[in-house]
Amino acid sequence: MKSGSNLEKVIASGKPAVTAELGPPMSADGHEVRKKARLLKGFCDAANITDCQTAVVRISSIAAAVIALQEGLEPVMQMTCRDRNRIAMQADLLGGAALGLRNCLCIAGDHQSFSAAGRLKGHPGAKNVYDVDTCQLVGILKKMRDEGKQEGGDPLEVAPKFFIGASWTPMADPVDFRPVNLMKKVNAGADFIQTQGIYDIEGFRSQMEKIRKMGLHERTAILGGIIVPKSAMMLKYMDSSVAGVSVPKSLIDRMNKVKAEAGEDKKKARELQEQEGLRITVELIHQVLETPGVKGVHIQAIEWESAIEGIVKAAGLYPRPAFD
Amino acid sequence: MIIGSQKPIEEIWEMVKDFRKVLVFGCNTCVAVCHAGGEKEAETIASLIRMRAQQEGKEMEVNHLGVMRHCEPEYFDPVMDEVKKYDLVLSTACGVGVNFLSDRTGNIPVYPGINTSFYGAVEAPGNFVELCAGCGNCILHMTGGICPIARCSKTLMNGPCGGTNNGKCEVSKDIDCAWFLIVERMKQLGTLEKLSEVIPPRNWSTSRDGGPRRVSLEHIRAYEEQEAQKAATAGGKK
Repeated sequence: MKSGSNLEKVIASGKPAVTAELGPPMSADGHEVRKKARLLKGFCDAANITDCQTAVVRISSIAAAVIALQEGLEPVMQMTCRDRNRIAMQADLLGGAALGLRNCLCIAGDHQSFSAAGRLKGHPGAKNVYDVDTCQLVGILKKMRDEGKQEGGDPLEVAPKFFIGASWTPMADPVDFRPVNLMKKVNAGADFIQTQGIYDIEGFRSQMEKIRKMGLHERTAILGGIIVPKSAMMLKYMDSSVAGVSVPKSLIDRMNKVKAEAGEDKKKARELQEQEGLRITVELIHQVLETPGVKGVHIQAIEWESAIEGIVKAAGLYPRPAFD
Repeated sequence: MIIGSQKPIEEIWEMVKDFRKVLVFGCNTCVAVCHAGGEKEAETIASLIRMRAQQEGKEMEVNHLGVMRHCEPEYFDPVMDEVKKYDLVLSTACGVGVNFLSDRTGNIPVYPGINTSFYGAVEAPGNFVELCAGCGNCILHMTGGICPIARCSKTLMNGPCGGTNNGKCEVSKDIDCAWFLIVERMKQLGTLEKLSEVIPPRNWSTSRDGGPRRVSLEHIRAYEEQEAQKAATAGGKK
């Protein structure tokens, strides 16, 4: 075992892995993290604790991950390259490991301009760091863990043992380069990969065929990304505005149909769309898991953590494997 | 070349309003090409300040002047006596020129008349684009001649992030994704396989992160010193 994390054990067992996501709050409300952790505990093998997603200031991934751990939920701490240089990154990795964290997902991070959206002022004038990029950060974690060395070469008496993750957007531009992108992350040392949300199963399967030809599915555990849709509007938005996400018209039509059934009743329209969204989610989970080379799913129910229990049970993925 | 852009007149006015004699000093190389701070623009800024002074009922003498460069003494030395007649020099050179001149004007302050934007090129008349970040360690041979440090919003070194959308950057539909361009260009050059290698963390000490930088050419310094010595010896013989 590289890290001994629960996620690593599930993947090693050959059973399909399930990860979920926990978004920390925009205030010092640790109770909120505990509440969300209790909703997820037992229904996933580990939960990503986002690191100021969309560049919005929130409880740090490490702090929220430790709270999740205290609640009995295994966390995947996330680390963006946006906010820290390699000194701060390694210091936080050592700290995270010392606090008992065992999984880390390396990501570039959304640009700080994303933070000013809707009603949020955010910090669009912040300076970004990008001292290292995702591939390089993955390499740093691997060097720390396997060679017991800092990036600069100084020895680590106690190495941080992380199960190393990276993200992958299979269908973003330039599409024919995306398999190379994944290969570089795997070559750098990514033990597991969580993909961007998949709705276009055909597109995903065609990319996975290339991945299998390259043998990458045997060198890393690919968890297909599932973003739980809540409404027709959300699907349309993701189709038009989220990079690398295309949503087949048939799914948007299904959502529109149930919305229309509710007529003028807005509450009913929301409930019917949510129910349809859960049905679509379960179908997508099966389709992703049936794709050769896929080792699990990463389910994102954004600000809807309470939906995870029902989804995992309906998908036949409950109970989750347990290890002593 | 260095691309500059004009400052709002309101900001300029706040800088200059408490001075009586102001020289708007243009620089006729880079910032003249991009219509920000050449002698012509210096003249315009000077007249805008005069108009504003009149509106505010302030007695001010505002003139303009221009030289080829503010970043080499031989260009501004001949007009330094004139420059030193003013209470304030508003230099419309890039920041290099403002710094350099300011070190040589004694008690007279030199303020910036424009914003120094970036190192760029003239894409089309009136369109200037940033293409280099001056990082001090060029890797353009590895990226198809397209710089990911200057042109990727995240200075990524190993390929695009997940935010590329229709060839554009996640920051704006008006920004090309540098990595999209790199991949397309390297396909065209038949060198795409070069991108398969993981580029390790960079040494940023050649960039601004190593502190202010200096390039010294020893052979030229030696020659200059030799010439100076010769001149001094010749002077002694007299």
